Amino acid sequence: MMILIKKTNINFMAKRHIFFAISAVVIGAGLLSMSIKGLNLGLDFTGGTLLQLRFEQPVTTAEIRGAMSKGGLDAVIQSLSDRNSYQIKVKGSQENARETADKIISSLTANLPGNKFNEEKQDYVGPVVGRDLAKKALFAIILSFFGIIVYVAFRFSNPTWGAAGVLAIFHDVAVVMGAMSITNREIDLVIVAALLTIAGYSINDTIVIFDRMRENMRIFPKMPLGQLANTSVNETLSRTLITNLTVLGVVLILFVFGGEVINNFAFAMLVGSICGTYSTIAIATPLVYQWEGKGHRK
Amino acid sequence: MTKLHWKIGTVLGLLILSFWLLYPGIEWYTKTNDERAKTEAMRMRPTRILNLGLDLRGGTHLLLELDVNKLDKKEQLNDAMARAIEIIRNRVDQYGVGETPIARQGDHWISVDLPGISNTEEAENLIGKTALLEFRLVNDSSDAQAVMTKAENMDAPPLNKDGTPTPEIAKLLPKGSGLFKAAPGPEGERTRYYVLFDSVPVTGAFLENARVATDQQFGTPNIDFTFNKEGGKIFENFTGANVGKYLAIVLDGVVHSAPVIKTRIGGGSGVIEGSFTMEEARNLAIILRAGALPAPVNIIEKRVVGPELGEDSIKKGVSAAGIGFILVVIFMVVYYKAGGLVADIALALNFVLLLAAMSYFGATLTLPGIAGMILSLAMAIDANVLILERMREEMALSKPVAMIIPTAYDKAWSAILDSNVTTWIAAIFLFQFGSGPVKGFAVTLTIGLLLGMFTSVFVTRVIYEFWLTSNPKELSI
Repeated sequence: MMILIKKTNINFMAKRHIFFAISAVVIGAGLLSMSIKGLNLGLDFTGGTLLQLRFEQPVTTAEIRGAMSKGGLDAVIQSLSDRNSYQIKVKGSQENARETADKIISSLTANLPGNKFNEEKQDYVGPVVGRDLAKKALFAIILSFFGIIVYVAFRFSNPTWGAAGVLAIFHDVAVVMGAMSITNREIDLVIVAALLTIAGYSINDTIVIFDRMRENMRIFPKMPLGQLANTSVNETLSRTLITNLTVLGVVLILFVFGGEVINNFAFAMLVGSICGTYSTIAIATPLVYQWEGKGHRK
Repeated sequence: MTKLHWKIGTVLGLLILSFWLLYPGIEWYTKTNDERAKTEAMRMRPTRILNLGLDLRGGTHLLLELDVNKLDKKEQLNDAMARAIEIIRNRVDQYGVGETPIARQGDHWISVDLPGISNTEEAENLIGKTALLEFRLVNDSSDAQAVMTKAENMDAPPLNKDGTPTPEIAKLLPKGSGLFKAAPGPEGERTRYYVLFDSVPVTGAFLENARVATDQQFGTPNIDFTFNKEGGKIFENFTGANVGKYLAIVLDGVVHSAPVIKTRIGGGSGVIEGSFTMEEARNLAIILRAGALPAPVNIIEKRVVGPELGEDSIKKGVSAAGIGFILVVIFMVVYYKAGGLVADIALALNFVLLLAAMSYFGATLTLPGIAGMILSLAMAIDANVLILERMREEMALSKPVAMIIPTAYDKAWSAILDSNVTTWIAAIFLFQFGSGPVKGFAVTLTIGLLLGMFTSVFVTRVIYEFWLTSNPKELSI
């Protein structure tokens, strides 16, 4: 039998203050970055126009930026180096679907003569739609969190467990948002999908441990909660690591080889799957222990 | 027949059903592009196949907003929306695009997907034009002449963006008349204006047909139109009563021509002249035939993916996901031996069933959809890891093989169920509130989770039970 880790007996609950401190530092750093730099919200939420153009001859970001400022456009330019393409974004409320795109194209043809380009992608999001998308995304997130708390509370007949699980989700989402802010990556609808995947994945992990705790409570009704939690985490540790390492492997491959289109998505998933595993062991379970009264079983 | 036989039968039956459901899709996507285009033109495209989203095959997505402020008061919003969708569908159909999902979204939004079309200007003109055709008499009084001359010589445009005249012009306009812009003439010429009476005796609603014709004298494209019986009669009486006056042909508030009425026009047909290109004339004829929209529409969202980019993102995303998939499969066999192989078989079956189910629903696969698929497959593998780890625990207690398997399944079940249901709760809300990419993700995740529970628990257990009939002494995990 191939075994990844031998039977462990780590006292996770005793280290909970260290874990809480680490998480506080990481989330704090993210929040600090969000309050200074803010979140790089994508067109989906701000509204605006995006053009992705593939040039026939090499061109630099600086040249495109020059052409844009001559055309009087305040644009964000991103280079997709593997295909000589550039994404040019002009964010903000624009009433007309074609106006900005036409302006971008005309200032490029005027300032970069002789270098033809193909339109690979064009996005226009009107101001109403941006607000609508943001509202719906927020709705979906809040309602699904609420649904999860209710379900977990029902299945484990204890609302604190559900709350601990959801707090772990918040932890993961906060860490990922912080990481997106620090690395200045853009938050669009696809990232919202990634955040929800992370949330689903994190709660999945947490529930496996809670399930073991529920089972052990039945087998050892006299065991103190701290010991019970430790035993359960240790017993499921091998499964936690195997599942998460396989997922991490897949996400890592997506991050490295998946191309620039899904790079932001893969990055969010990468950070999320790491902290999702961490939060299960180091946040959700210790929180239950912290809240339920140390040593006493109700 | 034992219970086990029934279970094996169920699994094999589902496998055969899946291949049967997948067959039309496989046949469709192995055809050449030309053959596909031909079949689509004949409207014979199979419906129960997996469609590729615009982000994967290229195309244009438009979200339109019906301008309800300009809607006739008496007209109900729901009626107007239904009519607008019908008319847009007509236009798109006549233009000759294949499968185009057109759907109402929310209160007064319409989403239109145009696969394969990335020349958006043409698409926008085709869909976004209201195509309200009106015939109005030109006001040729001296007051009106004065306004026309003034409008043509002003530096700032005399009309506001919404088509109403500026206050300066409004106070000069004769009662019961309005100022209209003429269609742009040759390059460099000043825009011309007309003063037209407000009453509209005939509109495009009476049109029966419209087609492109070439001007006999200059060879430029024109649009020939025919009225229906009722319209023809009204038009005949109207022209008869107004011989000698000028009749303006107004399309979406722009005057295309204003010929003099020489005689009573019978037969119910006429010509719209203007400086059209052949393309423009063709599209104009299409939208005139399809009818006018009940109110103007504005484009409020537009997403265009060129065909090349779509192809590239498929290749990159799919190959990366493929590598990941293969590595997981290999890892399972190396780590869990025969148990890993059983899990891999379940995973492969899960994949086939998922594709078959999506084909059956005619679902659309998008890039985020692939992500949802990967997540559901990952959770299916996780279910098997849970079961296999339980088996190892039971094995450590040196129980006989025949007892290890049912106990492991029983103990792992509650964790598998709870974790799937919680993820499923999130997926349901995403499906409800998400749009576009998020929805695609939610669809594959929801179907994938259900199928994953089936394959990773039921199917693997059938395999073990079948294996148990040979009375094995040792479990290879």
